[in-house]
Formats: sequence, structure tokens, C-alpha cells
Amino acid sequence: MIRLALPVISLVVLICAVFWLQPRAMSYVGLNLLFNLAVPIALATVAQMVIIMVGDIDLSMGAFVSLIACITAAILPGNPALGAVMLLGCIAAYAALGALIEARQLPAIVVTLGMSFVWGGAAVLILPSPGGTAPGWLTAVMKAKPPLVPMAIIASIIIAAVAHLVVMRSAFGVRLRALGGNARAVSRAGRSTIALRAWAYALAGVFAVAAGMALVGLTTSGDANIALRYTLLSIAGVILGGGEFTGGRVSPIGAVIGALTLTLAGSFLSFLRLSPDWQIGAQGAILILVLAARLVVRQAEKRA
Amino acid sequence: MTRKGLMLTAAVMLAGTAAMADTADKKIALSNNYAGNSWRQAMLESWQRVTEKAVADGVVASADAFTTAENQATEQAAQIQNMILQGYDAIVINAASPTALNGAVKEACDAGITVVSFDGIVTEPCAWRVAVDFKAMGKGEIEYLATRLPEGGNLLEIRGLAGVSVDDEIHAGIGEGLAAHPNFKVVGSVNGDWAQDVAQKAVAGILPSLPEIVGVVTQGGDGYGAAQAFAAVGRPMPIIVMGNRQDELKWWAEQRDAAQYETMSTSIAPGVSTLAFWVAQQILDGQEVPKDLTVPFLSVTQDTLDQALKDTPEGGVTSVDYTLDDAKKVIGG
Repeated sequence: MIRLALPVISLVVLICAVFWLQPRAMSYVGLNLLFNLAVPIALATVAQMVIIMVGDIDLSMGAFVSLIACITAAILPGNPALGAVMLLGCIAAYAALGALIEARQLPAIVVTLGMSFVWGGAAVLILPSPGGTAPGWLTAVMKAKPPLVPMAIIASIIIAAVAHLVVMRSAFGVRLRALGGNARAVSRAGRSTIALRAWAYALAGVFAVAAGMALVGLTTSGDANIALRYTLLSIAGVILGGGEFTGGRVSPIGAVIGALTLTLAGSFLSFLRLSPDWQIGAQGAILILVLAARLVVRQAEKRA
Repeated sequence: MTRKGLMLTAAVMLAGTAAMADTADKKIALSNNYAGNSWRQAMLESWQRVTEKAVADGVVASADAFTTAENQATEQAAQIQNMILQGYDAIVINAASPTALNGAVKEACDAGITVVSFDGIVTEPCAWRVAVDFKAMGKGEIEYLATRLPEGGNLLEIRGLAGVSVDDEIHAGIGEGLAAHPNFKVVGSVNGDWAQDVAQKAVAGILPSLPEIVGVVTQGGDGYGAAQAFAAVGRPMPIIVMGNRQDELKWWAEQRDAAQYETMSTSIAPGVSTLAFWVAQQILDGQEVPKDLTVPFLSVTQDTLDQALKDTPEGGVTSVDYTLDDAKKVIGG
């Protein structure tokens, strides 16, 4: 529980700061505008979290989400069957990557870095110049206006709940976390680590596909470079949300909160009217601040 | 205050209110996706100069410029959504992507905000577009080369950033020009990313594999780098079409003085941001403005080279600040 406390506190502090700077944000429309672009980031962060959970790191997340966005905008509306097959194919490719990394004991960081260029190239091939349209149902879902609570908040809660159930509560999730925590023990228990890592990557692929589709639902159109930022954002979101690079120790709810916090940090700095030259630095400073706070909390825990 | 002074103040106030009655309390924001090259710096300076005066004159209440830190469409979409919350009346956009901001632009339109895009335009129908005919620019380069080299020959094409619409359009224009002048042949193509150092590296990399080159078609910001690459290996200098950057014009003038080098230079003036500003002001003022406007691009020829070089700051780009009258002319077609 303590693992979750810090991300929640960071988010609440930021929300208060934003409301204080810009009271207009304190409304149904305002909350939606603040958070709707966080929904695809949250999905990508959960995908990254699954990879980090099994002890790897995915540097192709942004390029992969961009590719999904291109398929969703360019192919899905005109040819739903082909589009669906391609999206499933992308998930299968992710699973194959996981199997390859485990079977040949390759460093995931290198494999995914290489794959980022493959995904990027495929995206440009599918959508050579920005365009395409989001399928109508997708826009309808992403821009829905449910009563009382904005869609962005509802979507975030659903993502956190689903990720929590799959990763923390299911037997499948326990096995994947064990793979990240102690792969040798898993293999001695008679489980195929190759199959498990493939499943982990497939699960990440599912969330990443959802991220690309959600993004297109919001932007209504595709672009081969649309989500390149997501690689670093998703990694930062996982860490901000209480996850650790050591494998096996992650928090799905924390990851979603981390993604929301990062998005909000951008808005906060923009409302402050900070010059763009300082914004990247300031975003980094916020990250370091939260991580430093985490170290302090952990040391206090150890002493207690 | 003397009586004369009072009357003068009243007269000034009257004149002011008569001309600008409707936009004096309006707030306009500039959403810019990138500031990392000389063209964008000149664009922001031009915006600053013109809007500062417009605010001082009481034409608009404020005109703040915002630039995203990372040149990413998702980041700019968030920036535009923040602007909606900040209560701006109009948002002027130089977009990271013609399509990826459409969702945010639609949100702004739905909130009753006037959206004007320029240079990097957006395709969302509710927004205005101040566009440059980049296709004509690409085609014009080939047509110029055809007048200089009637017998044709091998060309090298330097492209911009892959996947960006401006790059596609200039490239398509060059394609059209080539179709009309089949005696030219593009034997090599590299991405120069509109930056001299990138272009120099890319051209140096491809040069050893190329036959004799008679002309280099470019997109601006890459001509000087290409010239350096040619000079470094001692190959005959082809006609390199320039893009109005100060380093390109300076090199051109030096070559002209030394070896009667002749070429032309063309690009979109960074001051187009100020044209977009006036267009936004006119729309807020209640004027009928067509959704698609075209700005002429700015060309430098052998005759105007000296003047252009004098007017262009060191490390800058040849530019003009547009006025309200320019905007009215463009709106009137």
C-alpha cells in the first residue's frame, strides 16, 4: 500500500496546483481536456510496465504505438477485417520478440531498439504522409460524454482496474511476475520461460495496441511520428508509479497514476508560462523530486 | 492636463475604438511545435515584434507565444487543450502534424475558439489555413534549372524530415517538374532535415557513388551544407538552389564574386506567423475570411541578392513582417 501512497500524493499535489493556477480546469470539460490525452499514455505505460515486470525494457514502445495508430487510421476504417488481422499480427510479432529474447538470451534493450526502426519504417509505409480517419465507433467511445464523470477519468479507472486484475490477481499474472523476480525458480518449477516471456510480450502488445487505437480515437487521424514520445513517457510513468527496474516489482494502479501525473506536469508547467527552454528541465526536475521522495520514504521504512 | 491634451486623448481614443472596437479585449495565443532552427527563431522574433506593437496599440489584449519542448504532436495537442482552458479567443498554430492535432483543434472550435494554422497547417475543417503552395515551390526549382541548363542532366535531391507533409509536398512538386522536363534525372536523394550539418553529412555520404551532378534541388536550410560537401571532395560545383538562409546567401555572394556563380533562392518567409496573426485578428473582428488562404513564397534572385543579404541578420532567414493591409490583401484574394 505504501508503494502506492507516494504516486497518489504526487498526483493530488499537482491537481491542486493546477486548479489553483487555472480555476477553469475545475469542471467536467476542464478535467476532460486535462486528462483525455493521458488515456493512451496510461495504456502505453501499462504495456511498458508488463515488459519491465519481466525484467526487460522496451525502447520501441513509441514507434510501435505510432504504427498501431497508422494501421487504425489508414486501414481499419476501410477494411476492418484486414485491419483487425494486422493488429493481431502486431501482437503476435510482440510475442515472437519475447520468445526470441528468452530463447537466445538477447538483451531486450538492444532488440527493442532495433525493432523501433522496423516499426517506424512500417508506419511510414502504411501511412506515407499524415492522414487517414479514425473509425467512427472509436471516436464515439473516446469522445463520449458520460454524465457526471468525464470519459478520461472513467477510462483511467477501467485501465487501472483491468491491469490490476490481470497482473496482480490472476494466476497468469503471478507467473509473469515470478519470471521477472526469479526466472531460474520458474524454470525449475517446470514452466517454459520462453512461453512465459512470449505471453508477457503479447500482453504488453495488447495494451500497446489499445494505446494506439485510443490515441487515434482522440486525434481522429494518424501520423507515422505521432507517439514517439511514448517510449520515454511510458518508462518514466512506470517508475513514477512505484515500479522498479529490477523486475517483478511493479504496480499497475501506480503506473496509471504515474502516466496521469506526467501529463498533468506538462499542463502545470504550461500554465506557469515557463519558457520552453526550461520545460524539459523542469519536467525532469519533477521526476527527480518524486524519485528522491521515494528513496527517503524507503529509508524510513527500513529504519522502522 | 490641458484642454488641448484632453481633446487629443479623446481623438486618439475615438480613432482607436472606431478601428479596433471588436478585438481590443481579445486574447490570441501562438502554439508552436519547434524552435530549434534559424527559420523558427526568425518566425518567433517576427511574431514578438509585430504582436508587441499590436498589443501596445490596443489592437488585441495579448498575444502570447508558446513552444512545445519536444516537437511532438501529442505534446502540442495537450498544449492546445491547455490553451482552451486558459481562455484564449484565438489560437494560431504552426503544427507538428497536419492530422494528429485535429482532435484538439476540434475541441477548441467547439469551445468557440478561432483556430488559424500556418506553415505546418492542420486539416480539421473548422480551422483556417494560411498555406504556402509548397508543390509550386518544388516545381519552380526544376523550372529554374531548366532555364539555366536546357540540355538537362543529373540532379541530387535533398529532402527534409521524413514523414512531414512539407517534405512530401515539395518532393511531389519536384516530381511534377521532372515529368515536364524529362531531360533531368534525379540520381540520388538524401534527407537533410532542413539543417546544414545534417545535409552536409548526408551529401558527403552519397557523393562518392554519384555520377556528375549538374544541379541540387533542396528544401531550404540545406544548400550551404550541400555546397560544403561538394567543395570538400573538390567536385565541380553544381547549381544548388538555396533557401534564403543567411549562410546560404553569404556563400552564394562569395561564389558570385569569385566565380560568377549563379543560382536562385526560395523559401517561405518566417514572418508568415504575423500574417496568420492578422488573419486571426480579422476573423475575431467579424470579417468574412475564406478557410484556405495562400501566401506567396519569398524568392531571392541574382539581382536582389545583395539587398537580401543586407537585410538578413547573421544566422537568420530572409523575412518580412506582414501588416494588417497585407493580411487584408491575402484575404481578398
